[in-house]
Order: sequence, then structure tokens, then C-alpha cells
Amino acid sequence: MNAYSVDHSHDDLHDHGPPPGLMRWVTTTNHKDIGTLYLWFSLIMFFIGGFMALIIRTELFQPGLQIVDPHFFNQMTTMHALVMIFGVVMPAFVGLANWMLPMMVGAPDMALPRMNNWSFWILPFGFAMMLSTLFMEGGGPASGWTIYPPLVLQTGDALPFLIFSIHILGVSSIMGAINIVATIMNMRAPGMTYMKMPLFVWTWFITAYLLIAVMPVLAGAVTMLLTDKFFGTSFFDAAGGGDPVMFQHIFWFFGHPEVYILILPAFGIVSEIIPTFSRKKLFGYSSMVYATASIAFLSFIVWAHHMFTVGMPLAGEIFFMFTTMLIAVPTGVKVFNWVSTMWRGAMTFETPMLFAIGFVIMFTIGGFSGLMLAMTPIDFQYHDTYFVVAHFHYVLVPGAIFAIIAAVYYWLPKWTGNMYDEKLGKAHFWLSTIFVNILFFPMHFVGLAGMPRRIPDYAVQFTDFNQIATIGAFGFGFAQILLLVVAIKCIRGGAKATNEVWEGAHGLEWSVASPAPYHTFSPQPVVK
Amino acid sequence: MSEAIQDKYFVPEAAKWPLVGSISLTILFCGFASYLNGSLLGPTMMVIGFILFVIMLFGWFGQVVNESEAGTYRKWEDMSFRMGMCWFIFSEVMFFAAFFGALYYAREFSVPWLLGDGDGLPTHNLLWPGYTEVWPTNGPDDLGGSDYHMGWWPLPFINTVILLTSGLTVTWAHHAIKVDNRKQFVYGLFLTVLLGFIFVFLQGYEYVYAYDQGMKLSSGIYGSTFFMLTGFHGLHVTLGAIILLVMLVRAMLGHFSGHRHFAFEAAAWYWHFVDVVWLGLFIFVYIL
Repeated sequence: MNAYSVDHSHDDLHDHGPPPGLMRWVTTTNHKDIGTLYLWFSLIMFFIGGFMALIIRTELFQPGLQIVDPHFFNQMTTMHALVMIFGVVMPAFVGLANWMLPMMVGAPDMALPRMNNWSFWILPFGFAMMLSTLFMEGGGPASGWTIYPPLVLQTGDALPFLIFSIHILGVSSIMGAINIVATIMNMRAPGMTYMKMPLFVWTWFITAYLLIAVMPVLAGAVTMLLTDKFFGTSFFDAAGGGDPVMFQHIFWFFGHPEVYILILPAFGIVSEIIPTFSRKKLFGYSSMVYATASIAFLSFIVWAHHMFTVGMPLAGEIFFMFTTMLIAVPTGVKVFNWVSTMWRGAMTFETPMLFAIGFVIMFTIGGFSGLMLAMTPIDFQYHDTYFVVAHFHYVLVPGAIFAIIAAVYYWLPKWTGNMYDEKLGKAHFWLSTIFVNILFFPMHFVGLAGMPRRIPDYAVQFTDFNQIATIGAFGFGFAQILLLVVAIKCIRGGAKATNEVWEGAHGLEWSVASPAPYHTFSPQPVVK
Repeated sequence: MSEAIQDKYFVPEAAKWPLVGSISLTILFCGFASYLNGSLLGPTMMVIGFILFVIMLFGWFGQVVNESEAGTYRKWEDMSFRMGMCWFIFSEVMFFAAFFGALYYAREFSVPWLLGDGDGLPTHNLLWPGYTEVWPTNGPDDLGGSDYHMGWWPLPFINTVILLTSGLTVTWAHHAIKVDNRKQFVYGLFLTVLLGFIFVFLQGYEYVYAYDQGMKLSSGIYGSTFFMLTGFHGLHVTLGAIILLVMLVRAMLGHFSGHRHFAFEAAAWYWHFVDVVWLGLFIFVYIL
């Protein structure tokens, strides 16, 4: 009756691996292939976004205008953020989810494999559109990634391309998140109850809800920008009864859950790695789950702490200040649990563990500076200074990025079947950790002293700290080449990895062969 | 335990339609963006992108329909589809929430503040002297010249009755297919589709009427919220009606059975979703 007869396709599944050639990657429905595609895409974008950051840091090496003109500088700050958020951290997490979730819950694949293909393959198209704006009349978007009107409405030809590329990235994220929710709810092996799921699965489960809830809100917000610019609406125009502040509210209703989208899966990764290398069970498993859920819930009622200085009523300032500080409680639970897991553990310090411990320490530094920013009167002083830049780079770079790198080292032997070069891995960790602090720590000082962000020039007294930061930026940037070297070396060979890979590793993903076969779990595993 | 997991859950081989989807959306969006930037090539690209997108929909859904009719999907796959549809609808709800939020913010904050609320300073007397309007308003600059208020009587009320009735007819169709009564199933679906398109037609009539009164998309914040909310809703009704039309054609071709009709159920869920959004619109846009 049709070309997809059941028996035929099942023979295929049993007998052969992937079809050869380029089309394997373009048409693949295999969660491992798609995970690999996401991770490579993310790595490429990491270097593109990093290159933009180096342009920013080069310009800021000295006061005055040196290398690029201010308009291009603004394009770089904008695109650096968009690339790093939507092109690096999110795809990397989705890639890790694709690779690991089905193996962790004992599923044959993701729940909706064809849609899984589309979630990935629409991304390069979206980013081609977004990056192409840099070469358009009037240049790329230069308003900052928060694309506030009325400034962003002054963008040239790039504006509609930017807006539609955000729509495309949103479509990708929503499809990916729906797939993850369906996989976790529907594809778990018999006996894999919710409270037995690995924490990486739990954190992604909650993250996926956040994505489905807020990506459409961003789509709505940018659609209003589009109609305000081209179709005469006045959502953000006071002359027509609207208000630019309205955009900020809608944007941050998306934006704040978004920052948790960028960190919750990282929490999950660290909660996998620390128990393995401490050779102990995770301390406080259920409190970790509840803390993650609390953080996700709170993320919906804190958004206006990004806009304390915009002129809100006092009641609003106080409400958002207290809800924001509340988040410190579940986050503190998490940090406490990670430390308690290590307490009296038989610890070893392989590269994934080093990155995970680096995460715990440096993410906490970023968390503390966030707590400072949460206080309204203090934020009035710090708003839009380099202190804010230091804060969110601490939670995103030695936070989210370190967790992703830790995950890559942790699971690379499972993916490739080979151990990576431990010496190079450790060198990568130490260089990254040293330079990331040289890069971002001085930003606290210039920020507290009043240096504004997103400005290509600065007062002379900030020069020393800026030069230190720039040196750190180049050091950190070039250190990341080591990651590429280690990954390629590991793919091409190395000591054979055992199935368990790590001595203290537990979970279904460690019960399959290394490298994991193209189709895992036949027969279906049962969790006792 | 010994049965291979791949025999329990269908994992399709190479998928070619997603790529066509990506290419078509890129052409469509790039065309639209170029059109907005004044390029003559824009509309052509939009047409090509749209046609490709429709081809992709037919190809992809056609493949899934064939697999479904061949009995490829069992309970386990069916549950994945159900969850996918549920969460897709939830994402649509959040899309509308953004626009309802804009309406709420405009009425509770933007407009009152232009009238001097907020911190209670008299700056509005300098910025917008003489502005006294409350909702509906086209703003201090009197944008578009008219903020004619679209009341809830008679057309929106009639449309409410039509949509609610269509919700009943689609439920009738659902009950019919559950007991394999194909005749009533087809009738129920037909009535639903018909009511859906009548709704869209009346909504179009209302738009023409509004524009005759001078109330346009560009009539300040009232026109913006009114047309964007009802417009996106109308688009979703049109889409939902087309989906139900496809279900009607499939029903007449003999697809679906009493225990296997997920595609129809998904369409019905979607229809109830646009129904509920309309109730929100009727209350918050028309009545209040």
C-alpha cells in the first residue's frame, strides 16, 4: 500500500548503521546524529561569537576609538550576545539532550524523530539569515540583544531579517522542547519512574517547559516590533497610546525564564558529574528536583528586575526585588547539595570534574553578584555598568559554558569509544579558568567605578583594568582551540574506553557499549 | 524483554521533508523581509517560498497519513503525537498571551500614565496637553483620526454563537466516529468547517466595516491591539478550518476508525483552542 511497510523498515533498523555520505547528516532522524550536528554547530558558532567578543575587547584595550567605528562596535555587542545565547549555549544543551536523554531514560530514540531533524536543520538557515544582516545596508542590528524600541526601530535593512531569524530560532527551540517533553514523558523504560530519572533529564524536562512557555512570547514581542515599524501599529509608541516600556515587560517576561533555560541544564550536568567523581550518590536528589522546579516557577515572576531604573511604581520595584532574592534559596540548596556530595567522597579530579568544580565556585560568584543586583537601590547604581557584564558573564561563561565543556569531556568517551587526552584536557581547564578570571573579574571593579556597558570608549582611569580584561579575553579565546584539538584527537583514536568509562558512573547510558551503537537498547532495558 | 525495542516503537529512516521546510521558510521570510525593505524581488520570493511550504506540508503529512493508514503507529507512537500536539497548542496559547498582555498593559498602564497617573507628576500637561481620552483611544497624537469603538453587538455576538456552535458540531462528529458512525461523522465535520468559514467571512465583513468608520490597524493603540488580536485569531481560525477540511476529505476517503482517529482529535483540540481564545477576545476586546 505504501513505501513504508512496517516489516521492511524494521529489517533496516536491525541490520545496518547509518547510510553513507552527506545525505546521512541532512536527512538523519537518529538522535545521536542530530546530537552530534547540534554540538558541532554550537562549537562553530562559539568561535564566531568569540571572534566578535575579541573585536569588542580589542577596541576596549585602550580608551578612545581605535579599531572599529562605534556603530560597528554596537553591532558586535549585539551579535555576540545573540550568537552566544541562541547559537551556542542553547544548541549545545539541545545537542547534549539529544545524545543523552534517550540513553538515560532507556528509549529507542527521541519521541518525534522527523521533527527532531527539523529542529536542528532550521537553525543554520536562521543563523545564516541573522549573520547576513552584518553585510546589509545600514549594517546589522546595533541595539543590544534586548532589541529595545525605539532604538532598534532605527535599524536599516537588517531589521526584518533579524526579526524573522528570531522567529525561525524560536520555531527550532519550541520543536526541540516539545520533543524533549514528549520523550521524557512517553519514552521512559519500564521502571524508570520520574523520581528515578537522572538529574540531567529532570533539569531538561523543566527547561523544556520554560522554552515552550516563553519562546512564543518572544515571537509575539518581535512581531509587535515588526508591525510598529512597517504596518503603523503603536504598541511601543506613546503618540499612539502605547509605551516603549511595554516592550521591556514583554521581552523580559521571555528574557528571564530564558536565562534559566541557559543554566538549568548546566545544573543537571554538574549534578551528574560530581557524584561520579566523588564516588557517592548525589546528596539530596529530591531536593535538587524541587529546587529546580522552584527556580523555574520563580523565573516567571522576577522579570522586571531587569528594568528597575525604567520608572516603575515603588510597589513593583519592591515586589520584583523580593521575588528575585527568593531565587537565592533554591539555588543555595543546589550549591549546598553539590558541596555535600563531594564531602568525604573518594574524589578524583579528571577534566570533567575539574570543570564541574570550577562551575560550582565561579557560578556562585556570579550568583552573589546577581544577589547584589537584585536589590533595587543598589541596582540604581549598577544598572548598565560593567558590573552587570561581569555578573552575567560569570554565570554564563564559567557557568553555562564550563558545564557544557564538562559534559563534553564526561561523555566524549561514550560518544567516540576513545578516551580523550587527559593532559590536554587538564591544560584546557587550567588555562580557561585562569584566563576567564583575568577576563571577567576586573569588570566588577570598572563597573562599580561607573564604566557603562555597550560603549566603545571609556574614561582614562578605567584603562588598566580594561587592558587586563583584554589580555584575559585573548588567553581564554585561544585556550578554547584546545577543546577542538582534544575533540578531534579523541574522535580519531586514543585509549579504548570501557562501557562504564568512569569508575563511579551509574545510569543506563553507561550500560551500553562505547561508542554507543547507532541504535541503542535492543532489547528494551528494565529499571529495577 | 527479548523483543527488540525497535519493534515496539517506530523510528523512521531518512527524512527529506524537514530540509524542504527549512528552505521554504527561509525563502518565504527572506522574501517578506526584502519586500518590507522595498525590494521588487520580495513578493516573488514569498510566492515561491509559500508554494514550497505547502508542498512540504502535503509531502510530510501525506507520508505520515500513509504510515498511519498502513498501521505503522501503535499506542506508544500515538501517545507521542498526542503530547506533541498538546504542547504545541500550549505554545500557541503563550503566543496569544503576549498580545493579551500588551492589551492589558496598554489599558492599565500606558494610557492612564499618559493621563498623569504613575508617579503623579504634571509632566503629561507639558508633553500631551489636552489629552483626556480613556479607552478606546488612538493616543495623544490622534493617530489615524478615529478610534471608533467596536461594540460586541451584533456581529461579534453572532460570531461567538457561531464558534460555540461549531465547537458542539465537532464534538458531535467526535462522538460519531467513536461508534464508527461515518455518516454523522462527515456531517458533523462538514458543519464545523462551514461554520468556521462563515466566521472568517463575517470577521472580514467586520474589518471592512471598521475601515469604513476610519478605524484601522494604524489607529493608535486601540487599532493595534484590536486588529492584531482578532487578526491572529482569524488566521488561526482559517488554519483550523483548513485542517478540519483536510479531516473531512480524509473522512470521506474512509480514513479513521472508532479506535484510531488521532489526527481528527488533534484538529478538534486545535479547534477548541481557537474557540477559547475567541471567548477571551469577546470579553477583553469587545465587551470590557
